[in-house]
Amino acid sequence: MIVAKPKSLEYIKKRIKNHKKIAVVGCGGCVTVRPVGGEKQVAELASVLRIWAKKEGLNLEIEEDTALRQCEPEFIDELSDKMKGCDAAISLACGVGAQCLAERYSDVKVSPGVDAVFMGATIEPGLYWERCVGCGDCIIGETGGYCPVSRCAKSLLNGPCGGSQGGKCEVDPNTPCVWEQIYKRSEESGDRDAIDKFVPPKDWSIRPSRLTLEHVRVKTEGRAT
Amino acid sequence: MIAGSNLERLLRAGKFVVTAELGPPNAADRTVVEKKAALLKGYADAFNVTDCQTSVVRMSSIASAVILMEAGLEPVVQMTCRDRNRIGLQSDLLGAAALGMKNLLCLTGDHPKFGDHPTAKPVFDLDSVQLLHMVKTMRDEKRLLSGTEIAVGPRFFLGAAENPFAGTIDIRARRLAKKMAAGAEFFQTQIVYNVEKFTAWMKAVRDMGLHKKAFILAGVAPLKSPGMARYMKQNIPGMDVPDEIIARMKEKKSKEEGIQICLDIIEQLRDIEGVAGVHIMAIEWEEIVPEIVERAGLLPRPAPESFRNPV
Repeated sequence: MIVAKPKSLEYIKKRIKNHKKIAVVGCGGCVTVRPVGGEKQVAELASVLRIWAKKEGLNLEIEEDTALRQCEPEFIDELSDKMKGCDAAISLACGVGAQCLAERYSDVKVSPGVDAVFMGATIEPGLYWERCVGCGDCIIGETGGYCPVSRCAKSLLNGPCGGSQGGKCEVDPNTPCVWEQIYKRSEESGDRDAIDKFVPPKDWSIRPSRLTLEHVRVKTEGRAT
Repeated sequence: MIAGSNLERLLRAGKFVVTAELGPPNAADRTVVEKKAALLKGYADAFNVTDCQTSVVRMSSIASAVILMEAGLEPVVQMTCRDRNRIGLQSDLLGAAALGMKNLLCLTGDHPKFGDHPTAKPVFDLDSVQLLHMVKTMRDEKRLLSGTEIAVGPRFFLGAAENPFAGTIDIRARRLAKKMAAGAEFFQTQIVYNVEKFTAWMKAVRDMGLHKKAFILAGVAPLKSPGMARYMKQNIPGMDVPDEIIARMKEKKSKEEGIQICLDIIEQLRDIEGVAGVHIMAIEWEEIVPEIVERAGLLPRPAPESFRNPV
């Protein structure tokens, strides 16, 4: 899932203070699971902003709504009642959702209310960990099920580097060195290639932002047939 | 002979070599490099020029190496993958070779988090193993990474770093083998303070026959103070400083003790089969290198062929 964290209230206030009518728009997808952008957070943020607006003497009307998923055109269409007459909106979805919202309601000034930080997994309640950068060329089959692109600070494909100590990453002593994990797994499974086989430079032309719509369509069709 | 550098020539002749590290300044001031060059000349066979070491901005290694060469010193150009993608790396390396540089140390590089610009976007398009392979291909097959043929390949004597102290001995020896297979002809190791672990690692290296396929130079560095010893143990990634070294520094509290420890370690390293030389990294303490080389009994250094006066 996409993990996001809230932006500061100061940032949000700055983005809306010169507007007359705004909408706080949540998303029922990832940001509801990792609760920063669901219905509940929309209600909370809207309340806080209303109290603030009143205190400041601002003439600001605040609507609230949540799309089932902000990255799906049909769900964004359903927001049209609440978006009507708004000159600004705060999206609590990831960057994908916020952009879809901005594209659909082009006369509304959309600002993000959260920062999407990574694609990650829930390690324990409240703790999420990056697991994928969406590089478009997954190699975890060759690396014991661990992704060095997202989980090594230097994205080494021929690791480990010389900086790991006690099985921890040099960049953050709380993070396990993924190449130590790959090594351990390879020892258990007998797959020595994970360590010994040369991995050539990665094809980064696949990302970022080079995927055309056509490219995705071709790939999807290719999988189906 | 591949590149015909002084370093390569001496190693192939079976001489116990000395290399030393030279850190460029964080200013557009060539006199700093010139002063360090004058200080070090004749005390090592080749001089590593660091590439923004620990991710702190410094004069570029290639530019500094030009100044060194003008002063009559042979550089080992250090090149990291931290700041350049595959286009920048190949471009700079063609330039370095055209300027007459013959030794290249291929590194992944430290993460920017440790430097003076921790908010920088790290590149790491390639890693050190891929960099070695790319340069070897440019040199031996006259092809860029893209496959494009080039008329003249860069003739570098290729080096790599290895840290015997990070993780298990098995993985560190296998990574040495991987770098060798990718193109490394010489190695300069992380600073050795834990001689026992280094010795065990060298045994693993010999058991794999790797010491016969590439030259291994053991890294050494004099400690300036007990504080520096503790700092290195706690803050430098992958550094193994045993407690007895820290205790020795604490007891005597002198630079002389730091030099003595360094000399003791060099002496022990010379006896290890497969150690082809030492690499002295006197970080921002280059002026001590001549004393260490002299007291270690490693003088005089053989005169570099290219700089000899015609008879």
